[in-house]
Amino acid sequence: MTVHTVPAEAATSRAPSTGPSIRDLTRRPETGALIGTLGVYAFFAIFGGDKFLSAAGSASWLNVAAELGIIAVPVGLLMIAGELDLSVGSVLAASSMTLAIVSGYWGGPMILGIVLALAVGVLTGLVNGLVVTRSNVPSFVVTLATLSALAGLTLGMSRVITGTTSVGLRPDPASKAIFGTLIGGQFEVAIFWWIGVAACVAWMLQESRYGNWIFAVGGDKESARATGIPTDKVKIALYIGSGFGAALVGVIQTILYNGAQVANGQSFVFNSIIAVVIGGVLLTGGYGSVVGVLLGTLTFAIVNQGIYYTGWNSDWAALILGILLLVAVLMNNTFRKFALSSGTRKPSSGARTSRKA
Amino acid sequence: MSMAAPLLRLSNVSKSYVGVNALNDISLEVDAGKVLCLLGDNGAGKSTLIKILSGFHEPSSGTIEINGSPVRLSTPRDASAHGIATVHQVGGTFPLMSVGRSFFVGAEPTKRFGPLRRFDKKFANEVAVREMRSLGITRVTDGSRLVGGLSGGERQALAIARAVYFGASVLILDEPTAALGVKEATHVLRIIMQARQKGIAVIFVTHNVLHAMSVGDHFAVLIRGEKADDFRKGERTREQVTDLMAGGEAMAHLEAELADLHAAAEETTQ
Repeated sequence: MTVHTVPAEAATSRAPSTGPSIRDLTRRPETGALIGTLGVYAFFAIFGGDKFLSAAGSASWLNVAAELGIIAVPVGLLMIAGELDLSVGSVLAASSMTLAIVSGYWGGPMILGIVLALAVGVLTGLVNGLVVTRSNVPSFVVTLATLSALAGLTLGMSRVITGTTSVGLRPDPASKAIFGTLIGGQFEVAIFWWIGVAACVAWMLQESRYGNWIFAVGGDKESARATGIPTDKVKIALYIGSGFGAALVGVIQTILYNGAQVANGQSFVFNSIIAVVIGGVLLTGGYGSVVGVLLGTLTFAIVNQGIYYTGWNSDWAALILGILLLVAVLMNNTFRKFALSSGTRKPSSGARTSRKA
Repeated sequence: MSMAAPLLRLSNVSKSYVGVNALNDISLEVDAGKVLCLLGDNGAGKSTLIKILSGFHEPSSGTIEINGSPVRLSTPRDASAHGIATVHQVGGTFPLMSVGRSFFVGAEPTKRFGPLRRFDKKFANEVAVREMRSLGITRVTDGSRLVGGLSGGERQALAIARAVYFGASVLILDEPTAALGVKEATHVLRIIMQARQKGIAVIFVTHNVLHAMSVGDHFAVLIRGEKADDFRKGERTREQVTDLMAGGEAMAHLEAELADLHAAAEETTQ
């Protein structure tokens, strides 16, 4: 009966020694990301000085974070469910152009342009989701194909319709206020969209049953299906979500900058993945959090903008991001190991999850 | 609850995949509160049979009856609706989810939260810990711990506890002891006996004759998709079963070959 007595002792001796708060913290997927965000903020506070810390400095990285974050949150959700979405770049461009052509070039009502632009995102997400779930082609390839195809379609259509690759738009005051104002002259209204999207998605992931389905689908699709979860519908819904997020940013940018260009948005393809992975989401699925993705997005934005305040050549920003990505992944792996071992005495076998990873 | 009909009965079940016969004319029965051991080497058709019972595949011919009435198991959902639960080798659980979350995957308890419904994690954690304890797992006291931190035996216990909690009347265990050490395997065997005591019909799929003999009431041996033998506890010795599974002829051939190799090895060392 040693099996029963040993752990009981371990449990009683363990509890008072370390506070539950520290243990809980190391068990969360965003712990590494939090250290990363605080680290880069401190770094640029020191080397960027007062200008970085000023309202204008904060606005510059918050604005970048907001636009990226609206895309990174649903992309992160999809990654937790075990899938990638590279098509967000082209969705952004296609939705921008749709809005600019419908409401600018053709002079249609703003609301129609906005609805159609968002519909482009929903439709692309639906196509991605259907193809990924109906075929056995990896989502990396499927969404890479959509990325390319939709970029081509956007370019071709805008040339056919307008004869040019950039279209202007004069948004009405209401649309401008909702999607494209600068609050206090410097903070994009997108920051609120970002907070809103993140709060809804975080609640859904952590507090609703659908969140549990997403974790299960990303953890082990076959087992999830066996429990009766409609795994295909979950994935299709998540693709629609990431398409919608990208289209929303397309609408925001078009209204903010009073126009659209076909080449907009391609930087979001990998930047969203960088933000999500820095945020502690496991690339292969089953693990992650919205708070982590928020922190990853902030980290990305701070590095991306902070470099301008240091007086160094901005060419170095990408180098810092690359190194940061690698360090973040290594750190997140360590924290994940902590999470797996916390609360147990020595794991009895070495073959816990290495097979799954 | 008629006395005549077994809880689960398979009659003349066959399955072929594009011309290949994976299962041929299999008839089996399990009663409530009994353990049926399904023995067979790799590729004997055990997995195909499990897939048919758990609703992933439909048989090409033959019938499945539950309590005497025929059923169709076209989806995993049908199988679970008929009280059939399958636990796979790795436990069918999610290493990076908490014990409570993974216990309730697909059947999350919810609480009213304004206009929304909220996943009641506290309840989920408590139930998961309590149900594992009822199967003799006392080391897991915190339902918010990750499943990946549990031992192999504990993960099996979690999956079995889950199936029992959700009212499984037929529990299919697919090689539950194969990846475990001796001590952990003993623990799982004990859990099988506990499930049996609760009146569940257990189908214990294994290629370990020793494990099967220690808990089984009824045994069926599959060889190349056919039922090679079918017997009750005490009707065969361990040697007889092992010989049958290995295929007597093939074993004799192997022994002769090994003897030759030994002779050759001795020659070279001299």
